[in-house]
Amino acid sequence: MATLTELSNARELMVNLTLRELRGKYKRSLLGWTWSLFNPLVTMAIFTVVFLVFLRVRIPPGDPSGMNVFAFYLLCGLLPWNFLANGMNGGMTALINNATLIQKVYFPREILVAANVASWLVSLFIELAVFAVALLIAGNMVLPWLPAVVVLVAVQAVFVVGLALLLSVLNVYFRDVQHLMAILLQLWFYSTPIVYPLTVVPTTVELFGFDLPLRAIYELNPMVGFVEAYRDLLYDLRVPAVGEIAYLLAVSVAALGVGLVVFNRLEPKLAEEL
Amino acid sequence: MSAAVTVDAVSKRFRLYQERNQSLKATLMRRGRSRYEEHWALRDVSLEIPSGTTFGFIGENGSGKSTLLKCIAKILRPDSGHISVEGKVSALLELGAGFHPELSGRENVYLNGSILGLGRKELDRKFDDIVAFAGLQRFIDSPVKNYSSGMYVRLGFSVAINVGPDVLLVDEVLAVGDEQFQRKCNEKFLQLKADGITIVIVTHDLASVRSLCDVVGWVDEGRLREVGAADEVVDAYLDHVHVGRADEGGLGSRWGSGEVVVERLEVLNVSGEPVTRARTGDPVTFRVHYAANQPVERPVFAMAVHTLQGVELTHPTTRQSGLVPERIDGNGVVDLVVDRLLLLPGTYDASAAVTDYAALHTYDHRHRAVRFDVDPGTPHETDGGLVSLGGTWRVAPLRSDQ
Repeated sequence: MATLTELSNARELMVNLTLRELRGKYKRSLLGWTWSLFNPLVTMAIFTVVFLVFLRVRIPPGDPSGMNVFAFYLLCGLLPWNFLANGMNGGMTALINNATLIQKVYFPREILVAANVASWLVSLFIELAVFAVALLIAGNMVLPWLPAVVVLVAVQAVFVVGLALLLSVLNVYFRDVQHLMAILLQLWFYSTPIVYPLTVVPTTVELFGFDLPLRAIYELNPMVGFVEAYRDLLYDLRVPAVGEIAYLLAVSVAALGVGLVVFNRLEPKLAEEL
Repeated sequence: MSAAVTVDAVSKRFRLYQERNQSLKATLMRRGRSRYEEHWALRDVSLEIPSGTTFGFIGENGSGKSTLLKCIAKILRPDSGHISVEGKVSALLELGAGFHPELSGRENVYLNGSILGLGRKELDRKFDDIVAFAGLQRFIDSPVKNYSSGMYVRLGFSVAINVGPDVLLVDEVLAVGDEQFQRKCNEKFLQLKADGITIVIVTHDLASVRSLCDVVGWVDEGRLREVGAADEVVDAYLDHVHVGRADEGGLGSRWGSGEVVVERLEVLNVSGEPVTRARTGDPVTFRVHYAANQPVERPVFAMAVHTLQGVELTHPTTRQSGLVPERIDGNGVVDLVVDRLLLLPGTYDASAAVTDYAALHTYDHRHRAVRFDVDPGTPHETDGGLVSLGGTWRVAPLRSDQ
């Protein structure tokens, strides 16, 4: 069992490893931290042109905010998505990239994965802060909603850490996992209402004479709930559905639970399998 | 005395994969079975390391001693058995593991320190000591990728040794940095020892095992073969290794035209028996057995002693001693009689050669023809160096009233 000092040391190690990730990421680049904002901005610009100008995707105006800016609508989904994708990719390779450390020093290995996800969490908060300012300038009074956003980010972080823990150990045993994830993440991206509104997904489709409740199945994807909740809080300025939040919380806790169980199961052999 | 480390019936098995399932496809094709052989790196090892002792593990390569150390460090988990360690453990398995090349020395000290389990406040307190010990005050704010490899390991060593462990685990990292830093490290070890810290060392350097360790464990093919006082176990180990070495024949290269050949080079003890061990101060004879296949005029015999690292310690020849036979034919021996062997404890190689009088033409040269160990004797000097001057100390305090 971990003692109190061990836990406090683990916290400091977590902070230090997170700082290492953050400092290492943009060292020796001229723009440094600006890059972390540049990336979502460029993606946003591309998607805005493709989906708004070329494909003419119609989005409903914010209810009750009345806001109607496609770029902002997009960012509400893109920022949490980037956190998921980066956190999963980074966390997944955190063990392999630190193989020498694992083989030479003992410390709780979960921290490597958690610190990597935490570094992306810091990026997300910076992006959200800049985004909030932009929303305020555009006339969306998001300030009272920000505490709720922080809670939502925390729930999503639990979800991402759970997945990253699971994938990181599996990836040590089967390097296919990272290639498989590259494909699955694409599929996942387009199964999430980021570049289009949820309303374009039909409620039911007919399949072999049966009515398939497509929308309900679609909404099982927890990222649908996350993106919708971010959009509720930041774009529409309304309280997300309670059932939705309860579902997200349950899924996130379950993901963390599964992640921890599998991780602890496979962790003892890590040093020799790497 | 309580035990700092208790190892109870520990076994560790490795799988040596022939075809490793590192992809899902391979796993599915073979239905989850990958082909491997089992290798028991450790078998049923039990021992106690009393707190405050310096304990050394010796053994041949692959004997399992490093695996045992990694199990104690909790890096590897034993397949059966149990290990308990009292107090904070710091392992010097690789220096500077976890350094980030782009970060400064300062940032890396904090990072590495927290990996080794040190809190920020403690690190703040020890920071100056760490930097001073590594001797890197001027460079502490530059990125460690600009450090020389020596600076890199010095900083790593300094962090690891200053974390204030109760149990320090060391794997073959005693020889880091330059001469001056090594001396500092040795002093630090002695100080840690004096402070009552339990030190566990894995090394091949038997001389430092003898001088540093109180108790030594000899690990052989995954089993603990002997545990006891350092000198006894090291001696037993050397005896064992020598049995294996005797039938290896020549160790090094050989060249020459072959008119005369050096059949073998022997080290003889005072009773004239061939040995592979001697003590400092013993009388020994180096005997060259030669065979001349044809009459050879005025040959010169030479002999040399080197360290394993290749430092030549002496290179006497018969010519310089004015002893050159006019002509040899057939077999014979040439002896170099040494009244007192002034080599200090360690392992040495001896070479022998026959050349023509001008030393322009080599008839036969047998490089590293024989390997022998020197154990502590008289003069008893085990604090470093290769040879003794055979001197005698005299202390004469100056009296102030004179």
